[in-house]
Amino acid sequence: MAVNMLCKNCGKNIATTHIKHTIGGKTEELHLCANCAAELGITAFQSFDISDLWGSLFGDNTAKVQARTNEARCEGCNLTFSEIAKSGKAGCPQCYARFYDKLLPSLQRIHGKSQHVGKIPGPAGEKAMKANHIKSLKEELAAAVKDQNFERAAELRDEINTLEKGDPSNE
Amino acid sequence: MSKWYINAGPDNDVAISVRIRLARNIAGFPFPIRLDIAQKRRINELVRDAVINDKDMNTDNYRYIEMDQLTTAEAYAMVERHIISPDFAENREGRALLLLNDESVSIMLNEEDHIRLQVMTPGLSLHEAYEMADKIDGILDKKIQCAFDEKLGYLTQCPTNLGTGMRASIMLHLPALEACGAVNQLSTTVSKIGLTLRGTFGEGSQAKGAMYQLSNQVTLGISEQAAIENLKSITEQVMEKERNARQSFLLREVLEDKVWRAYGVLKNARLLSGEEFMDLISAVRLGVCLSILNHIKLETVNELIATAGAANLQTRAGETLEPTVRDRQRAEYIREKL
Repeated sequence: MAVNMLCKNCGKNIATTHIKHTIGGKTEELHLCANCAAELGITAFQSFDISDLWGSLFGDNTAKVQARTNEARCEGCNLTFSEIAKSGKAGCPQCYARFYDKLLPSLQRIHGKSQHVGKIPGPAGEKAMKANHIKSLKEELAAAVKDQNFERAAELRDEINTLEKGDPSNE
Repeated sequence: MSKWYINAGPDNDVAISVRIRLARNIAGFPFPIRLDIAQKRRINELVRDAVINDKDMNTDNYRYIEMDQLTTAEAYAMVERHIISPDFAENREGRALLLLNDESVSIMLNEEDHIRLQVMTPGLSLHEAYEMADKIDGILDKKIQCAFDEKLGYLTQCPTNLGTGMRASIMLHLPALEACGAVNQLSTTVSKIGLTLRGTFGEGSQAKGAMYQLSNQVTLGISEQAAIENLKSITEQVMEKERNARQSFLLREVLEDKVWRAYGVLKNARLLSGEEFMDLISAVRLGVCLSILNHIKLETVNELIATAGAANLQTRAGETLEPTVRDRQRAEYIREKL
């Protein structure tokens, strides 16, 4: 990208919004400054953000789903999956459980991963954090066995056993 | 209580400040966009009461502000000081803010998520800012059940915040890298390693006075500590590059001339637009960091950057100001401070 490209609309300010359209195999590039982008209704806050990306990620899928009239709805907020895909925003926390399988590929694309490893809230959090920890140890164990690293595998197996028994002295 | 941004911090020559933002939602409620005003007020009160009645929180130092009680200028003055997001200032109904007196901690209620907790500290002080945010998050956690999933972490309205819900960002002053045209390339490079470089006011904004925000993009599958370490190590490399570029900046004489001219205009101008001010203060800031202007404190520069915006001038004046009047008052304010 050229350094400090000027806005294609006004030719005055530095272009900060860069849009690439591919329609029917023909790619068109649009470089706009924030003012012109806003005037043309392409504000980065609303229309040109993850929702577009998200919507297009689901492009084909959404069309297919929309064709159906009896689409499943989230019990928490009554949204359908296509409505979520269109806006790029979930309606309530329950949406994620309701449409988990359909959302997963996009989450993978956005973050590269799909398993939370950070902080966990509350007393329930401790349990979950432990479950996560055991899960990752098991994955490590499988890898160690595969690599025939039996010494490490034995260590991991002991650690998993202790955690599963819930022995606090080995935390 | 003096404001946080007046203090100097580590690596302040390049790193102006850091911000840690945690997104949280209360289980059992739809996200704010799907709530009516009465439900939003309930969320506001729930969080307010959780915070205000906690013994570990220095409650006396917090103000609870219902956003619809503020004027537009007052709300935008907070945007200029990075306390709240532009959207939070624009649509104020049903939204509330808990604000620490030194303005280093702000809790936006019913922004995109129910709770947006934000901590800002001067200089490259990511760990300090995170510890503070984590502590307040812990206080909230005692009273409020957060929407959370074992696999997806903290559940947020936008899937880009799932996982830790944490956005850590550093405000960087990069005049030398900008001058040699390296910023676009830097922006492309950091995007490949899960970070983003944005303008002064975040998403969709243009950089003013060579001030850029560098932040983590990925929030799922990486722990808070790892994300912060990652951001810190990249920032250190960027700072190194900026410092080197500053040293090899054209001829020292040319640079000194630019800095002194900027100082001269700031000190003598009778009308100063916001844009001109940012360009000049950027040069002056560089001059202070490179010991060209030894009689000015970096703290003074930091304070001016935070408080010379249009909305802050209007709030201090207590009335709406015509652009010319505003530019005159800005010039007066700066002459007085320098």
